[in-house]
Amino acid sequence: MATTTSQVRIGGVAQEYKRPARSLWADAWFTFTRDRFAMVGLVMLVILVAATLIGPFFYERPMGVIDFSRGLEGPSLEHPFGTDDLGRDLLGRLLWGGRVSIAVGITAVIIAISLGTAVGALAGYFRKLDNPLMRFTDVFLSLPILPLLLVIIYLFREAIAARFGPDLGIFIMIVTVIGVLNWMPVARLVRASFLSLKNKEFVEAARATGSTDRRIIFGHILPNVLSPILVAATIGVGGAILTESTLSFLGLGFPPDVPTWGRLLYDAQNFIDIAPHWVIFPGLCIFLIVLSINYIGDGLRDALDPRRRI
Amino acid sequence: MGRYVVRRLLIAIPTLLVISFVMYAILALAPIDPLASLATDPRVPPEARENIRIALGLDQPWPVRYVKWLIAVLQGDFGVSFMSHTSVSALLWQRLPNTLAVVGVAYIVGIFVAVPIGMLSAVRRNTLTDHAVSTLAYIGFSVPTFFTGLILIIIFSVKLHWLPFLYDSNLKVTDFNSLVGQLRQSIMPILVLGLFDAAVLTRYVRAEMLEHLPMDYVRTARAKGLKERAVVVRHALRNSLIPVVTLIALGVPTVFGGAIVTEQIFHVPGIGELLVRSIGSGDTPVVAAIVIIFAVLVVAFNLVADVLYGVLDPRIRYA
Amino acid sequence: MTRARYVLRGAALAITAVMAIACTGTPSASPGTTGATIARGAGGDLKILYWQAPTILNGHQAGGTKDQDASRMVLEPLAAFDNDAAAVPRLAAEIPTVANGGVSADLKTVTWKLKQGVKYSDGTPFSADDVIFTYTYMCDAKSAAISFGTCENVKSVTKKDANTIVVTYDLAQPFYLQWGTGTSGEILSLNAWKDCLAEKAKTCAADQKPIGTGPYKVREFKQGDVILFDMNENYREANKPYFKSVTWKGGGDATAAARASLQTGDVDYAWNLQVEATVLRGMATSSTSADLKSVYSNSLERLVLNSTNPSASLGEQRSEPGTKHPYLSDKAVRRALAMATDRTTVAEQLYGAGLTGKASCNVWNGGAAESKNTAALDVCKFDLNAANAELDKAGWVKGADGVRAKGGVRLEMLYQTSVNPLRQKTQDIMKANWEKIGFKVTLKSTDAGVFFTNTSPDGYLKFYADVEEFANSAGAPDLAGFMDDWTCKLAVGKANNWNLDNAERYCNPDFDKIIDQIRAEADPAKAAALVIQANDFLVADVAVIPIVNRTSATSGVAKSLKGVVLSGWDTETWDVANWYK
Repeated sequence: MATTTSQVRIGGVAQEYKRPARSLWADAWFTFTRDRFAMVGLVMLVILVAATLIGPFFYERPMGVIDFSRGLEGPSLEHPFGTDDLGRDLLGRLLWGGRVSIAVGITAVIIAISLGTAVGALAGYFRKLDNPLMRFTDVFLSLPILPLLLVIIYLFREAIAARFGPDLGIFIMIVTVIGVLNWMPVARLVRASFLSLKNKEFVEAARATGSTDRRIIFGHILPNVLSPILVAATIGVGGAILTESTLSFLGLGFPPDVPTWGRLLYDAQNFIDIAPHWVIFPGLCIFLIVLSINYIGDGLRDALDPRRRI
Repeated sequence: MGRYVVRRLLIAIPTLLVISFVMYAILALAPIDPLASLATDPRVPPEARENIRIALGLDQPWPVRYVKWLIAVLQGDFGVSFMSHTSVSALLWQRLPNTLAVVGVAYIVGIFVAVPIGMLSAVRRNTLTDHAVSTLAYIGFSVPTFFTGLILIIIFSVKLHWLPFLYDSNLKVTDFNSLVGQLRQSIMPILVLGLFDAAVLTRYVRAEMLEHLPMDYVRTARAKGLKERAVVVRHALRNSLIPVVTLIALGVPTVFGGAIVTEQIFHVPGIGELLVRSIGSGDTPVVAAIVIIFAVLVVAFNLVADVLYGVLDPRIRYA
Repeated sequence: MTRARYVLRGAALAITAVMAIACTGTPSASPGTTGATIARGAGGDLKILYWQAPTILNGHQAGGTKDQDASRMVLEPLAAFDNDAAAVPRLAAEIPTVANGGVSADLKTVTWKLKQGVKYSDGTPFSADDVIFTYTYMCDAKSAAISFGTCENVKSVTKKDANTIVVTYDLAQPFYLQWGTGTSGEILSLNAWKDCLAEKAKTCAADQKPIGTGPYKVREFKQGDVILFDMNENYREANKPYFKSVTWKGGGDATAAARASLQTGDVDYAWNLQVEATVLRGMATSSTSADLKSVYSNSLERLVLNSTNPSASLGEQRSEPGTKHPYLSDKAVRRALAMATDRTTVAEQLYGAGLTGKASCNVWNGGAAESKNTAALDVCKFDLNAANAELDKAGWVKGADGVRAKGGVRLEMLYQTSVNPLRQKTQDIMKANWEKIGFKVTLKSTDAGVFFTNTSPDGYLKFYADVEEFANSAGAPDLAGFMDDWTCKLAVGKANNWNLDNAERYCNPDFDKIIDQIRAEADPAKAAALVIQANDFLVADVAVIPIVNRTSATSGVAKSLKGVVLSGWDTETWDVANWYK
């Protein structure tokens, strides 16, 4: 726990006496569950994930069946979300593609955040590492993304596919690529926060009491940097889902017949005035996932914030 | 501080060299062919394609091409575009004004929208205002720009016929009428980009404000009897903006890079559009020039951000 | 030879066309409209939108159709091709034929008589020297002109007198209009381009602001963005061009261009509106501002079957001529695939049944050399039962997972193409049908800039897949030049750095014999029959599965814009001098 002065206050102490002692995590969970929006977000996320994971087993309408006589139909009992221009059932496609989209969005962001936090924390904390690491960040920030993607995929696709099989291989490659392309802003943010926090009194105090660097970084400074990290993470998920579709649009992602949400949105864009349902449902799915993750992120931030605990 | 800046500038040189080398290697290794668009044209036989390859110097190994390119760039010569046969610098100068007029203005609009709204959202935390602002921001970054752009075009250009959606780069602002014309043709892309920037930035401003509002110095300021407005703006906001300012400084180079999707949708002949087209057609000289200028800006603005950070926050000391 | 036949018929038509124009004097009769006001520069500004922006204004250095179309506003060839593939004189006074003595009986020497008194937009006179210069320029390999291909077999181009030039071919040339015509034949002024020979062609200022004899001249050119043209005061035909200026805007995508033309009416002419048929039809039928205009020539969307073995385990030998495909070498499998190819649905649903393409089971499309026999072939009829029966008969047995196998070889297929919404939907349709007859199909799509290369392992020429799909862009009416793409000697492979045209690696001596016969055949009618024979041979042997004959131009033309005649065998702007409002 960070020992900022604001924490030692009468109210806080009084409250500590009232309830049994809890670990940091239990404490955070307690705060989290009392946040109405965070809980709404969590429920929403669970529903979306569950729907995409087990939905296809219950919703038996196959997503790949082409029927031109029923192309571009609006929502009906038979096709609850309507059909696309080839007459394929949209709900079936959304359920099927959703698991890929959600998995890519969340995994890619976790990779980006972990990388960014690691680089940023090291650069911000250890003065010797600051320059090399931040110049390394500059290199990544400056490189042209599109050719870089082409090269990465050109060089590593066969090897990864051979190692993990074509499906998992593509997944690993896509999340890694999205993660590797998005850690730089997080690194800059984390480094900036570390720079400003590492000379603060509570860090000096921790150092004086003989805490190791490792303990100071993870136990004292990092909890105070969570806020910008969580903001970056929650903003990143929507971006990652859309980036995936851009990749497959360039022919670098999943095979063209995997109906990820971003891809459905792209495919539908030209039909926006004749078949709005085709656009609205995937758009809504992406929005709901972003919304739920942001609500959860806000709740987490509050729950883990060392200063806001009463 | 002065020594720090000098040292950083010296380090910038090897950094840029590394960037240029890695970039050139990537461009050389990426399997994009400048002749792809001619490939299925029966009138252009393989030997004609081979002639072009030799004329463009593509028959030489890429390290040789890199060294030649680097020497030329150091003398200020970015070379000649493969596709248009004109000097790359001329192409960039042609496009920079359009990018600044649209992407630059949108960035400024985004900042001016985000700061007050983010602040308001933080001060009124967990009220209806906050939730409305937050939800709008979520919509802002979960809906891609190609999409907002399309919707605006359909409403304002197609249905209402109020705004043109072909950007006229020859329009020169000389009087009131041409100013109106410029506004009419740029308002939609500015809106699309500005709102996206604002949505992202709002979240950071709000988060930073929330960090600072419960701090001791804010309470001290309140205890001194300052008005709430002054407390929030002069004390909390000022300190919250430190990381936000660095974030804004770091975003400036991306303005130069242009907004690929938006420029394309609204037919704005900007640098982003040039970059993506040049990448697609394997126009290495153009891509290399944009990337290296972008890299210089990234390095420069990172330095600016660090210096700003030191100036704004006296607690940070650079050796 | 068929090409000769084509050209001759063309010449006859061309003459009638010239007479028609000569009689009316003004661009076609437009009864009741603004006949009186059709005078040079009487119209205001013509707005043209190309969603791919031109980057250079010299057709010889073009990076694509967009540049060729834009440069033809200014530069002219000796002759253009109309939509019947007929030659129409431009800088030539008449089209040379054997009958008028312009072409020698052995089809080796072509004498072009040039128009007299023609001036460039800067006032300098046009002469035979410019034509000779153009030959020197484009037929020098160092100039790296994309029109270099038309120099093949050209022995010399010489000046006979100030207004006559002679093109001599090395061997009998049935397509004797090869050099100096159409998209590849823009004549460059000696005066403007004299400093642009060989290595200097790459950095030529004249390519940015060309001086030509065409109806318009360049006022300002922003590469990749916009071109402003003014009318050419010195244009040789009285009262033309009609428009005082032209604004040629570039950028965006096909759908946006369709909106600008059909929905908002922002532009008078919009190029290449290859949008999904459902969307395009909706826009076109409800449009009050513009009409959709399209023409066909020989552009064919096809499925290419790999005759070699693409397995990665072969290493260097992957997809090399000489290897054998594990199952596509079985004709029954190829026939089954063809029978399970639903080209009618693709053409109707995706190409709008004639909007942007029509179903075709022919390799060669257009004119009298188009075969009428293939419609009756079983491989051209969509019939899943027949396809299944074909595979059953050949001993391919369905396993528990529905995938057929024989002798340990499973019918697992990688089907690749470039990224393009129409192609991805075609892939979906093919996959659905092919899986019904016992294939397991994996789809792959690659960005066009990477797909259409000979260097990328994802490219269409390296062809590390079993089946691929693409289309050729429309070309000159050169039949033998088109059909020889399936001969053994053009098979793509490592030996030729993957830089030839036979992507199938198809090799059949019997087919090569037909092509040799075409090359040696002097009688046009007989040559046409041979082309049909070659076409039927490829289709019946399922060397390639034709799907759709695509329009070679699909343009949005404002209702007020008149006189627009498109040609599938030349640029869309081949006749721009006759456009008016």
